[in-house]
Amino acid sequence: MATAALNRTGSIVRKPLVDLLDNRNVLSVICMAPAAILLLTFLTYPLGLGVWLGFTDTKIGRPGFFIGLENYISLFDDSVFWLVVFNTLLYTTVATVLKFGLGLYLALLLNNHLPFKAILRAIILLPWIVPTVLSAIAFWWIYDAQFSILSYMLQKMGLIDQYIDFLGKPNNARASLIAANVWRGIPFVAICLLAGLQTISPSLYEAAALDGATPWQRFRHVTMPMLMPILSIVLTFSVLFTFTDFQLIYAITRGGPVNSTHLMATLAFQRAIPGGQLGEGAAIATAMIPFLVAATLSSYFGLQRRKWQQGESDG
Amino acid sequence: MAETTVDTQKAADSTGMAYLNTLPRRVVTLYVPLFVFMVVLLFPFYWMAVTTFKPNDELYSYKENSPFLIKNPTLANVEKLLFNTNYPEWLFNTMLVAVVATALSIFASVLAAYAIQRLRFRGAQTIGLMIFLAYLVPPSILFIPLATIIYGLGLYDTSWALILTYPTFLIPFCTWLMMGYFKSIPYELEECALIDGATRLQILWRITLPLAVPGLISAGIFAFTLSWNEFIYALAFISSSEEKTVPVGVLTQLVEGDVYHWGALMAGALFGSLPVAVLYSFFVEYYVSSLTGAVKE
Repeated sequence: MATAALNRTGSIVRKPLVDLLDNRNVLSVICMAPAAILLLTFLTYPLGLGVWLGFTDTKIGRPGFFIGLENYISLFDDSVFWLVVFNTLLYTTVATVLKFGLGLYLALLLNNHLPFKAILRAIILLPWIVPTVLSAIAFWWIYDAQFSILSYMLQKMGLIDQYIDFLGKPNNARASLIAANVWRGIPFVAICLLAGLQTISPSLYEAAALDGATPWQRFRHVTMPMLMPILSIVLTFSVLFTFTDFQLIYAITRGGPVNSTHLMATLAFQRAIPGGQLGEGAAIATAMIPFLVAATLSSYFGLQRRKWQQGESDG
Repeated sequence: MAETTVDTQKAADSTGMAYLNTLPRRVVTLYVPLFVFMVVLLFPFYWMAVTTFKPNDELYSYKENSPFLIKNPTLANVEKLLFNTNYPEWLFNTMLVAVVATALSIFASVLAAYAIQRLRFRGAQTIGLMIFLAYLVPPSILFIPLATIIYGLGLYDTSWALILTYPTFLIPFCTWLMMGYFKSIPYELEECALIDGATRLQILWRITLPLAVPGLISAGIFAFTLSWNEFIYALAFISSSEEKTVPVGVLTQLVEGDVYHWGALMAGALFGSLPVAVLYSFFVEYYVSSLTGAVKE
């Protein structure tokens, strides 16, 4: 208060309360309070509580006791858990590669001089805007065993003899879910990368072309390095959200057939909420954290380092 | 031939080397792939709409008529959805939760972003980084402990459970976005106001916020969309049918055993998607800027 008054010598005289509110430190605390309270209660605390629950045998409606690593030991011997880890890694890897391949291709297409570009861009983002579960239900219907429109089209084209059992066979179901995830993820990747592409100056391409660079060389040595900073961030987000995906699987297959499409998030849900084993579910959810940290760090720093190796300083 | 010249002329004016591409080449390398992308990305929506308005006998007979067209459009599925299910209540719940959670998050985020970006208290940088990290914590690893917290607070099966938990992913996003907007507003404006004797809260309310309106709109509609689309918390924290949100209600209440009412399901999906799609069509530019802005920062 005293310092606040000192700072204001020569300025108009204020009431003490107004002065207090104008003190930078007091005001900072007040301003941070709503966000801090909400985030600490519903984000930081549950994060810690989740790790703790993983070490207990808590069930729904019954407080648990500390049982050490028992949940993790039983998961270690659980073949379903390892199948689910495999599923999650496969799902994340294949979906991410496809999303980035196709998303980058779409972004490069959109970066051309096009009529109705704004409308095109608006349409492309649509799959990402609508609720995932609702578009997943549409995919569920598209993948229907008896009335699949996809099978119908393929049969009309003469490519297949009988309808494909999209969701009934393990590998078919995995591929179908990955396709649905890629469908939903392409717009996000494409629009973000398009924003990155638009910041690259055309004169760089002209200079490269004058030096005799082929289109592939221009892409490899001009586009890619310039795109790396934004690519690494989009990749980090994409890996993170694909790895922890829940909605799509829950809506279309619920983990079936025979657990072949269960991901770690859906298994954690199944064991914890309908199964009532909160402790075990929390242990599965906690087991995702090391994978997430590893995936985030490698996709972020992996690409950042390459940028640094090429001597790019541009952010 | 003449068309090609005009086209190349136009292209040469705008983008450096596009004039090297001839029209037939553009068709093959550009328009055809783009067309394929559009068809694939839009087909599920088309299929959703066609199924919604098809009568049941057409729905399951691909032999007699083309499945892509509707012979006798019907509103039976929509009627069933509106009058035989709790769909109107789900819509209302979703709207309520999304609006309140968004308002709460925007309020908290604007204050937090202002404090971090402009008041520059000690440790502001660290807090900014921690908020970014909070953005990276996925709901999938939080819902189990959150369920016990919600239960302990006596909020289980109420809209409050969602209103209070949605800000966990909305606040980090909105704060990050608003910090970017505040950064772009010249600090000199605030200094002038300080010299003129305005308090800091007056500055935030009268000067900074009016200039950050585009950012507020971006953050607001984006937060609204994220709340509307949220699924896992709504699935875990709500059990009675009347309290459910649209995504959860459509998935859990419209499927009875092994009987799938595809017409009603698709109607539910279509009308659950429409509000965000309409909102989106009005504010496309804001969506794009918040999407790319959040990634770029």
